[in-house]
Amino acid sequence: MNVPVPPPGGGCRTAPVLKQRGQREVFCGLTGIIWLHRKMQDAFFLVVGSRTCAHLLQSAAGVMIFAEPRFGTAILEEQDLAGMKDAHTELDREVARLLERRPDIRQLFLVGSCPSEVIKIDLARAAERLSQIHAPHVRVLNYSGSGIETTFTEGEDACLASMVPVLKDTVARELLLVGALPDVVEDQMLALLGQMGIDNIRLLPARRIDDTTAVGPNTVFALTQPFMGDTHAALIRRGARHIAAPMPFGDEGTTAWLRAIALEFGVPDATFDAVTAAPRARARRAIAQAAEHLRGKSIFFFPDSQLEIPLARFLTRECGMTAIEVGSPYIHDAIHGPDLDLLPAGPQISEGQDVDLQLDRVRAARPDLTVCGLGLANPLEAEGLTTKWAIELVFTPVHFYEQAGDLAGLFSRPIRRKAALRLEAAQ
Amino acid sequence: MKLTVWTYEGPPHVGAMRVATAMTGLHYVLHAPQGDTYADLLFTMIERRNHRPPVSYTTFQARDLGSDTAGLFKKAAQDAVDRFNPQAIIVGASCTAELIQDDPAGLAETMGLSIPVIALELPSYSRKENYGADETFYQIVRHLAQPCDRTGRITCNLLGPTALGFRNRDDVEELTGLLSDLGVDVNVTAPLGATPADIARLPAAHFNVLMYPETGEAAARWLEKTFDQPYTKNVPIGVAATRAFVAEVQALTGSTAPADESRLRLPWWSASVDSTYLTGKRVFLFGDGTHVCAMARMARDEMGFEVAGLGCYNREQARAVRACAKEMGVEALITDDYLEVEETIAALAPEMIMGTQMERHIGKRLGIPCAVISAPVHVQDYPARYSPVMGYEGANVLFDTLVHPLVMGLEEHLLTMFRDDFEFHDAAGPSHHGGHAPVA
Repeated sequence: MNVPVPPPGGGCRTAPVLKQRGQREVFCGLTGIIWLHRKMQDAFFLVVGSRTCAHLLQSAAGVMIFAEPRFGTAILEEQDLAGMKDAHTELDREVARLLERRPDIRQLFLVGSCPSEVIKIDLARAAERLSQIHAPHVRVLNYSGSGIETTFTEGEDACLASMVPVLKDTVARELLLVGALPDVVEDQMLALLGQMGIDNIRLLPARRIDDTTAVGPNTVFALTQPFMGDTHAALIRRGARHIAAPMPFGDEGTTAWLRAIALEFGVPDATFDAVTAAPRARARRAIAQAAEHLRGKSIFFFPDSQLEIPLARFLTRECGMTAIEVGSPYIHDAIHGPDLDLLPAGPQISEGQDVDLQLDRVRAARPDLTVCGLGLANPLEAEGLTTKWAIELVFTPVHFYEQAGDLAGLFSRPIRRKAALRLEAAQ
Repeated sequence: MKLTVWTYEGPPHVGAMRVATAMTGLHYVLHAPQGDTYADLLFTMIERRNHRPPVSYTTFQARDLGSDTAGLFKKAAQDAVDRFNPQAIIVGASCTAELIQDDPAGLAETMGLSIPVIALELPSYSRKENYGADETFYQIVRHLAQPCDRTGRITCNLLGPTALGFRNRDDVEELTGLLSDLGVDVNVTAPLGATPADIARLPAAHFNVLMYPETGEAAARWLEKTFDQPYTKNVPIGVAATRAFVAEVQALTGSTAPADESRLRLPWWSASVDSTYLTGKRVFLFGDGTHVCAMARMARDEMGFEVAGLGCYNREQARAVRACAKEMGVEALITDDYLEVEETIAALAPEMIMGTQMERHIGKRLGIPCAVISAPVHVQDYPARYSPVMGYEGANVLFDTLVHPLVMGLEEHLLTMFRDDFEFHDAAGPSHHGGHAPVA
């Protein structure tokens, strides 16, 4: 009952993956800062990069930029490119000035960019040095959000992976939940697990540095986001064990995800059913409403966030859609595998991108709904395709039972709008 | 290093994209890392374009470094030419590619492409977006313009409008109409809407209208020097500036046909008694140099405002802006640091700000009304309706734009007069919300 039934024709785990290399129409990992800084309330993200990096953050963050955000860019200037030693002095000065102005900052992330990586500014060493200078009040870490190394949500992965080596040690048997979720969703998740009697839980990232997130050989961890490849590896290096599960999207995904944790902690079936029955029913009802507009429709995913595979699983199994192509920037078998097992065979699974060739495929397939980035959405709408812009799926609360209806709603809205507009008649 | 949150201008390759996206039949091959494609959404979302910008990115990744990024560039260039069949391509590097020194210009030249290849040198660590646009347009003109006979009728080129320009679409339409009144046809508008073939016949025009010095001045100067085409110095924003522009065009062409002022309403609207309360309203102006200078004169002479201060973020226009400030008897603020702008505004405490979207937010924070007069702007300032700022309709548009953020005259009068009235005092609340219901 609680275990999702694999599709009769087999899943997609062993399906051949189309791997193409060419122009990629994706964000770089710096964009992760935009939601991470909201989650980690005492952290500041300092990008060491160029004017392009600052312009990207400004364009992606939209109006958020005006709300005194806890991020900024130390823009490299011509003089910085001349000598490396200079760059470190410059960085020390800018950081000191920043921390003086914002004494509430407890964690500072030096975020590498393409320019800083290419000229090899040693931000790891800078982070160590600055940690010593500003200890114990401020901890300074570093990771790279550069486009040459990271795609969009991988920025969060790189950030969390940079925190794993400095997490406190523990030998306690604890559950570590990994991935930044909106607070409201995080609270729902903790309540569900708490009702099952699982309360030895830690979060990565925690909302504040003083929250005691620890890791050790008796830690088991579950991922709430599928883009956690490096963090997954870093936690395993610290001796923790991964609980593989489908991602908690929709009724089935959420139930399977909770089920995997419940099994690990020996929660009795009766308890599990008692805790999940009511929210499951609510989720099913809400999904059914939105799914009316989705049933029988085809969908095509451009690669963007690594959420594509679990979302395709939800939309095909619970909303009655047919997937034509499911593109993901990267596919990790250990993480995406459980969702691929459940995704009915049929769609082309693709990893990486050659955007012009992929556009040729979407034009040939003419899907009912195309999930893509904002650089492609309006041009495809103008060609008569209906699109759902993908970035919203990262910012909006979409995980777990209570959001399942909203999640389906995000996909049905463009289709409903297409039906509601009578623009041809008015001309 | 300089810590920044907000930037008024993007990097110079975004300026090059603004030129490429403005044109048709031209393709931009940009050597840039994965992620730089973010700039596409400025055009598809903010300007709401219905096609992808004509830009191919090499999107190199870490694993490509040290192996063959030069090969990637050549492949991207060849693919772009094969797929999009452009009349010409421009090639260049973004900030990161500038560091790996692959030399897109040299690489593209060795490929033996059958179309013109225009190489761009855009120093990312010292220059910005407007320079990128101006330099790119200049290089395109320099490479493609061909000597040709002047047109039989008197024609001019409109120089400077680009993609992502503030109200450029409608300014072009307004000036085209105005010039038509004066008996002048437009030979080519560029870069907005032009093809490389159109650029080739720029020299057929009798003179050039330099609409936006920020993005068209280098090309205008070169055309003047090379093809003896004079260019206009008046930017026709506001009634007086438009009339000066008309006189300038008449002097250049010998035309005596009058401009049609029958739909110009600003002078009467501004003279009418309802506008009396505008007198001496203290305004602060900030934006690009061209819009700030033109609108400062317009605000003072045609709206009756007092200019409390002004400035610009683009150093290229610093000289003009300082001269304008001197004329207004105020100090010019030349900075690209919005915190400095905020400090200045707070210190001057104007009654209205005329600025960019950043000043709109500063105004919100300080409780000062703001009208947007310059890029950078957000999606709402690429309106569906016709909204030029140049020419006579532009003057009408500006009157409305500058009055709307202010409390209306009669309303202000009544509110002041009856402020202490038991029914009208600030805490009473509007009557239609039941603010006067008897106390239970």
